[in-house]
Amino acid sequence: MHFPMKTSYRDDLHLFKDRSSVVLYLFLFAFLIALPFVTGDYVQSQVTFVFINGMVAMGMMLLVGHTGQISLGHAAFFAVGAYTSTVLEIRGIPFLPAFAAAGALSAIIGLIIGLPALRLKGIYLAMATLAFSFIVEEVIVRWSSVTKGNRGMTVPDASIFGFKVSSVTHVYYLSGVVFWLVVLVIINILRSRTGRALGALRDSDVAAESMGINLAMFKTAAFAISAAITGLAGALYAHKLAYISPEQFGIMLSVEFLMIIIVGGLGSLHGAVFGSIFFIVLPQIIVTVKAYLPQKVAELPVLDSATFGVLVILFVLFEPRGLNGYWVRFKAYLSLYPFYRRGMFRRSRIGSADLIKH
Amino acid sequence: MALFTVKDLAIHFGGIRAVDGVSFEVEQGSVFTIIGPNGAGKTTIFNLVSRINDPTAGTITFNGQDITRIPANKVAKLGIARTFQNIELFDNASVLQNMMVGRHIHIGTNLFSEIFRLPSVTRAEIESRRRVEEIIEFLRLQAYRDSPVGSLPYGVRKMVELGRALAAEPRMLLLDEPSSGLNIEETDNIGMWIKDIRDMLGITVLMVEHDMRLVGAVSDRVMALNYGRLLAIGTAGEVQRDPAVISAYLGN
Amino acid sequence: MNEFFQQLISGTAVGCVYALVALGFVLIYKATDVVNFAHGEVMMIGAFLGLTFIDTLHFPYWLGVIAAVACMTVFGALLNRFLLRPLAGQGILSVIVVTLGLSILLRAFASVMWGPETFPLETPFSRKVVRIADLVLSQEHVAIIVLTVLLVAALYAFFRYSRLGIAMQATSENQLAAYYVGIPVNRVHSMIWALGAAIAGIAGIMLAPISFVQVNMGYVGLKAFPAAVLGGFGSIPGAIVGGIIIGVVESMAVLYLPEGFNNVAAYLLLLIVLMVRPQGLFGVQTKRRV
Repeated sequence: MHFPMKTSYRDDLHLFKDRSSVVLYLFLFAFLIALPFVTGDYVQSQVTFVFINGMVAMGMMLLVGHTGQISLGHAAFFAVGAYTSTVLEIRGIPFLPAFAAAGALSAIIGLIIGLPALRLKGIYLAMATLAFSFIVEEVIVRWSSVTKGNRGMTVPDASIFGFKVSSVTHVYYLSGVVFWLVVLVIINILRSRTGRALGALRDSDVAAESMGINLAMFKTAAFAISAAITGLAGALYAHKLAYISPEQFGIMLSVEFLMIIIVGGLGSLHGAVFGSIFFIVLPQIIVTVKAYLPQKVAELPVLDSATFGVLVILFVLFEPRGLNGYWVRFKAYLSLYPFYRRGMFRRSRIGSADLIKH
Repeated sequence: MALFTVKDLAIHFGGIRAVDGVSFEVEQGSVFTIIGPNGAGKTTIFNLVSRINDPTAGTITFNGQDITRIPANKVAKLGIARTFQNIELFDNASVLQNMMVGRHIHIGTNLFSEIFRLPSVTRAEIESRRRVEEIIEFLRLQAYRDSPVGSLPYGVRKMVELGRALAAEPRMLLLDEPSSGLNIEETDNIGMWIKDIRDMLGITVLMVEHDMRLVGAVSDRVMALNYGRLLAIGTAGEVQRDPAVISAYLGN
Repeated sequence: MNEFFQQLISGTAVGCVYALVALGFVLIYKATDVVNFAHGEVMMIGAFLGLTFIDTLHFPYWLGVIAAVACMTVFGALLNRFLLRPLAGQGILSVIVVTLGLSILLRAFASVMWGPETFPLETPFSRKVVRIADLVLSQEHVAIIVLTVLLVAALYAFFRYSRLGIAMQATSENQLAAYYVGIPVNRVHSMIWALGAAIAGIAGIMLAPISFVQVNMGYVGLKAFPAAVLGGFGSIPGAIVGGIIIGVVESMAVLYLPEGFNNVAAYLLLLIVLMVRPQGLFGVQTKRRV
């Protein structure tokens, strides 16, 4: 067993809980930095997609998991980010300002869609964001003088202070750096006044208001932050694929984003990342399993989406705390060994899809 | 002049006059209790004060300022904190985090400084943590500090809600049935704490309560309501002896 | 002017399909608190079943419709029993995610069973027209409208006069009270699902001649949300009126607005309604009590 010793309130505010988690993260960073030296383009690309999806998932987590506002429109913010950076960079603007603009424009659109969110809850908000997503998709298709419509656009290499981000490895490092910065930003938000206010208005809006929390302000702020992060991820996604077109940003993408955070475990950043990893790894597992399936089944084009659909349903029904639930129990098992008992976490609802009641 | 004044307050829901022309004053540093049968309009008055509902008529004045129509999220900043009849805690957060939310109006950090975790943020967090720990100690909640409140027993949850309200450092505290759901021993504790809150912390208490033993023990003034109208106002003993109050409770 | 009336009729016909999908959707929501994001896919399954009975198994048209609808009632009841009932008491997000997962599954299922192609469905009304003065209307459109009117009248009578219909209303109004007066709430829920799925099946078969039978026709079901919200989300007459309004607005957008607007007209309308009058045309707003 292991008890961290804390001697001042400042000790409780550190980024890492104790020394062992510092060591764990140092190993993780070393691994991620070393990865391009030991693996090829394929693995790096997959990890890059984990970074990108992970950013979106964390943005979603802040909005859905921590604030309790359901969004089925994040593909739209993703698209706005991708198109903003691409359109600007085609016109010769360097990556960093274009990247910032992608985040800013997504945030502004997030604010606008956040406005109906002030009056809407639960299912109404899900529908409003869904409708919004359709409209953005249509605008991209129709505004062809800027977006090239259905033909799509080729994305130029990002240029940072004259350095061309061209290879798979370059994009990998760029996405990795942005990903970890986003992690830091979200953790900092969550562990301060704003983060507490968001959690408060999710659990009880009347009580939150009686404590002086301005519901309107914090709800729209959550939308704007979440949209900005998703927009940044969209800009990276454009550079990763080097080609964007409207059908990449359809409604199914929003659904996938939502499912990632459900599978990962609602209300935890670990869950967001676990869900993203799962989402990238699952198709690989399916490819491997395919070899052992009857040919008729293995050839089905819908195997990936069907498997994901089934797994999501199973998670909600049988493990509503998601992958993070397994992780929490695994950690508890290690630290409490040999005293861990089954069912110790039965009463905890944190990280379950049950979090949002209204 | 009284700290808190309600004048001719009324609210109608459709045809129902939930509160119908009620006036009273609460003196600084006193415990003022509202009693009355179910549906008398007690909680409705609280909801009008904390601005969840809009009154149909009348004025509410706190500390010389008219607060009848201010937004609900401005009430706390003026120095009014409350608890709820059926407990409205942030169930997925720990006891500590719940009380830190109570400090919301006293932590002046903005999003920008929080994102970069400027030293001012750390300072504000530590300062608030210190205040919250004082309250945890005052209410003897140390054992539950890091437990998610959703999993705590009812009586403890009530104390946490009281603590969260105290964390806001209010001048006036609204307690909506502080003893409901508690056993005799816990109710005695509540009585002791209400006295401490008034005498040690100097906080004015406006309370809705059914338990006449508790009302008699802590109240400086008592007001009885029935069907949204004022029946009697005075000391606990005077109100309990008032014939109108007796007939309201026992029927004619 | 003729063009206007023709668009009006075809818009109303499509609107009737939206209305029926929205009706089933609202029925299920009111009674069981489940927002069924897969209702469009349920409709799609109904259309494919109709296709199977009529085209593949060579049933006469009306018999095929009846057979398909009968299968749909069983399907609806099974969905409730094995997927939605285990979710009882869970939050709104669980329900949204499970029904979204279901919609993915149903699309996958349909593309395995019937393939990704688009299939035409011959009806007794195909390629025939109705002439009123110098108006030329497709018989299919007119048939949809007439059928919808008949169906809605039958449903009205069912809810008004039959014991089961009244029990369904009671369950929707107050589950606990219904349980206390001896209504078997679980069984009634299954029947409501059966009814909702059956209506969706009829809508799917009606839509088939207009949009062809195909795996993605379920996206039409997403138009049921604007219809339901417009009608006050929870009001059955509202859902019908809302569906027809959406259909007509879309077809008018084809005539009078730039290209593309017809695709998003329903969603623009939804956003406007949510911002201006979130309780819809027929609903009332409620506030949570503390």
